[in-house]
Amino acid sequence: MAERDAITDPWGARTPYGPGDSWPVRVDSHLADGVRAEDVDRWVPSAAVLHSNGDGLEIAVKDGRIVGVRGQADDRVNHGRLDPKDLYGWQAGASPDRLTTPLVCEGGRLVEATWDEAMRRVVTRSRELLDEQGPSALGFYTSGQLFAEEYYTLAAIAHGALGTNHVDGNTRLCTATAAAALKTSFGCDGQPASYTDVDHADVIALFGHNVAETQSVLWTRMLDRLAGPKPPALVCVDPRTTAVARAATVHLAPLPGTNVALMNGLLHEIIRNDQVDHAYVEKHTVGYDDLVQQVADATPERVADICGVPPEQIREAARLLGGAERLLSTVLQGFYQSHQATAAAVQVNNLNLVRGMLGKPGAGVLQMNGQPTAENTRECGADGDLTGFRNWANDDHVAELARLWNLDPMQIPHYAPPTHLMQMLRYAENGTIRFLWVSATNPAVSLPELARVRSILEQDRLFLVVQDAFRTETTEFADVVFPAAIWGEKIGTFTNVDRTVHLSEKAVEPPGAAKSDLDIFLDYARRMDFRDRDGEPFPAWHDAESAFEAWKKASAGRPCDYSGLTYDKLRAKNGIQWPCTAEQPDGTERLYVDGKFFADPDYCESYGRDLITGAPTEPDEYRSMNPDGKAMIRPAEYLSPHEMPDEERPFALITGRTLYHFHTRTKTARAPELQRAEPEVWVEMSERDAKECDLEDGDLARITTARGAVQAKVRLREIRDGVLFLPFHYGYWDTEATSERAANELTPTDWDPASKQPIFKTAAAAIARVEEDR
Amino acid sequence: MRLGLALRELHRSETSLAAFLYEVSDRHRVEHEVHHVARDLAGWSRAHVRDLAEAGERYGLSLRGTAPESSGLLAPVRRKVSELTGRRAETGLLLLADLRRLHRRTAGVSLDWELLAQGAQAIKDHELLELAQRCHPQTLRQLKWSNSMLKTLSPQVLVSG
Ligand code: SF4
Repeated sequence: MAERDAITDPWGARTPYGPGDSWPVRVDSHLADGVRAEDVDRWVPSAAVLHSNGDGLEIAVKDGRIVGVRGQADDRVNHGRLDPKDLYGWQAGASPDRLTTPLVCEGGRLVEATWDEAMRRVVTRSRELLDEQGPSALGFYTSGQLFAEEYYTLAAIAHGALGTNHVDGNTRLCTATAAAALKTSFGCDGQPASYTDVDHADVIALFGHNVAETQSVLWTRMLDRLAGPKPPALVCVDPRTTAVARAATVHLAPLPGTNVALMNGLLHEIIRNDQVDHAYVEKHTVGYDDLVQQVADATPERVADICGVPPEQIREAARLLGGAERLLSTVLQGFYQSHQATAAAVQVNNLNLVRGMLGKPGAGVLQMNGQPTAENTRECGADGDLTGFRNWANDDHVAELARLWNLDPMQIPHYAPPTHLMQMLRYAENGTIRFLWVSATNPAVSLPELARVRSILEQDRLFLVVQDAFRTETTEFADVVFPAAIWGEKIGTFTNVDRTVHLSEKAVEPPGAAKSDLDIFLDYARRMDFRDRDGEPFPAWHDAESAFEAWKKASAGRPCDYSGLTYDKLRAKNGIQWPCTAEQPDGTERLYVDGKFFADPDYCESYGRDLITGAPTEPDEYRSMNPDGKAMIRPAEYLSPHEMPDEERPFALITGRTLYHFHTRTKTARAPELQRAEPEVWVEMSERDAKECDLEDGDLARITTARGAVQAKVRLREIRDGVLFLPFHYGYWDTEATSERAANELTPTDWDPASKQPIFKTAAAAIARVEEDR
Repeated sequence: MRLGLALRELHRSETSLAAFLYEVSDRHRVEHEVHHVARDLAGWSRAHVRDLAEAGERYGLSLRGTAPESSGLLAPVRRKVSELTGRRAETGLLLLADLRRLHRRTAGVSLDWELLAQGAQAIKDHELLELAQRCHPQTLRQLKWSNSMLKTLSPQVLVSG
């Protein structure tokens, strides 16, 4: 078992392997100072919760406290490895500043209260609003960090018991586009590929995916392939010269906001060189001719002008992609949080479709997630989609769900697409949403245009409930705060990017009166006295395992089928990929192996949306376009970004993440090693730009956009000229500063019309030295 | 020839649709999706206007090739008003009314394209037919957009406030 300083050595020692070989095991571990492995009382199975990779691990418990973690050697995801956040992040749970009791707002201050008092306020306000306005007054905004059982329960309460259409997760900020792109191309959400495809690929193409920092254990898998015999070629698309870019065979650094143009250029080349798998396209797809037409004039020269990438580089990348025998494509925030997010991510699906690179070892697409349990938010329906990848526009699907819940189908809103977060915020702004329940997320730091977000959350007319483990920038606006138990303090399942389901066991008791999110939601349901059609209490379940059994029934027959799983089965072998059924008891490694998709008009989760306008496709339109349920090749034209750099604000600002922190640092800043690694916000820029702005490495600079300002120390980095990068994790709870620290002070309110994911990667900005400095 | 009339009429309706899209965009500055997408879609109408002006030359018409790229001098005022009233639920009704108007205007443009395509077929003008086949689908997408925004936004407006 290896102990390393994962701050200075984030990826650890190489264990090289070759194509088709099994990735060697390397067990990583970290225990609190002075604790030896033999001192540990119990090792409790779980998986990583500070990113989306799903690394299997065990929690070390001694004297009723968490004292460390070690990687699970036989876990299919990580083969024992852990990343810096896994190794150190667990310490946050034992912080002295955990929330241990409910808080209620009295005379503008949050004061301690009993559960009865706090719940009474929430129930009373819910009832008043239901009487006055109906369910449209209530909205729910959840997370990518709860467990499946909790999301399913929330979805049942919000969509079913209350019947509001206003439910979303903060997955809207990070994986909404993954879901939208999969629905667009395959008719349904669900990750096609598997991490094991890294073991087989001869070309791995990473589109806006800084895997070295966002899923660093997956990166170690790639590094081990690169160090072994017959390494794969890497293609990297990123305006920053990241660790991935440095390891890449070809690195394309397009101007922010031009991904669709770049993708069209690559597709143009592949079609021109006739590297298309015509047999596959013919047999398994519709829409190819439209793509040919769309990219006909996207020549490398023309595209080069838009993207600021030399045409030879585009040709070279296309040669690699076009010549690959096993092509694995991955996509993340560089595409999802940028202009034309879905259109760009769909072009990656198109790339693999026209090349017939799907459903076989080494050939596939990974539309990545940001958060550990984002997949569950999506499949359980806590992101607004209907539970079990059901189609809100298909009355039969709604009726099926209503039967399952024993409710009237009219009770489940399906007259329009589910309200996404940014629209919910707008409704709160115009006063038509008057109750917002936020669980396990921190919108006062993570949403764009923070001045606006604060002005919405602070309104008196908005009743705000916040459920979290800590006080955050958001709890400070709340009317009621519920203290939540977190990872290690409760039991439940969650699912990573490649559909791997882990059971996470309870290791220790939550502090004080904190309760699991599941118990909080169920308590609310009982006090609201929700009933089904037979007058029985709804939801009918009462704890995690009964919630899981209910969720299994809801998922049965759908693509995300959990019916073959039980807690006991996961105890025997943790980490099984859905669909897992009686016929496929060991789970399913890859989807779409036989070129069969979930896209049949009667079965699909979504009829899709117009990639430019975002308008939902009508059912009959879908049926005539894709009667046989094939994969859909959907082209898109490039549109220029809504906010372009100009004389006054000459830079394109992108925000992003770092290896050492997660989300708004509520946990990672409370782990000393992680906090010390990156305690303060910084800004990255190129040397040339810095010179022109009279800035040097280490100078304090002020970055401004039309929305606000941030002060940050300058780091000279390899990043394309004309681009500034700011990490988005930093808010205000751990600083004297009350303004100009959070990157989202600068970002615009604008979102991709198809996925409704906010845009964090195209804003026009200026930068100047803070004068008193130096 | 009457076809010239149809061309001129379509050119007029596309030009005014572009202008109206900018107007809606500015009047609803605080409805971010409407604001941004309306501008993107105005771009399509502007391109149609340019192509129609070109086609018009062959019919001896002199049509302006450029449609305005903003809602004119009043743009800042419209945006300001939108921001000032953006916290009031009543603006929802104004939004629905504007989307309804937009939808009807777009439907008019769509019909005009249909007429032009019919005429082009009758006189076997391939170029004109090709133009209609290229542009009309975009008009239909504009139409679906206003329809879908109405469908999506109306329930909240109609049951609250
Ligand atoms: S940090 Fe961003 S990408 Fe990562 S989980 Fe949070 S929202 Fe998603």
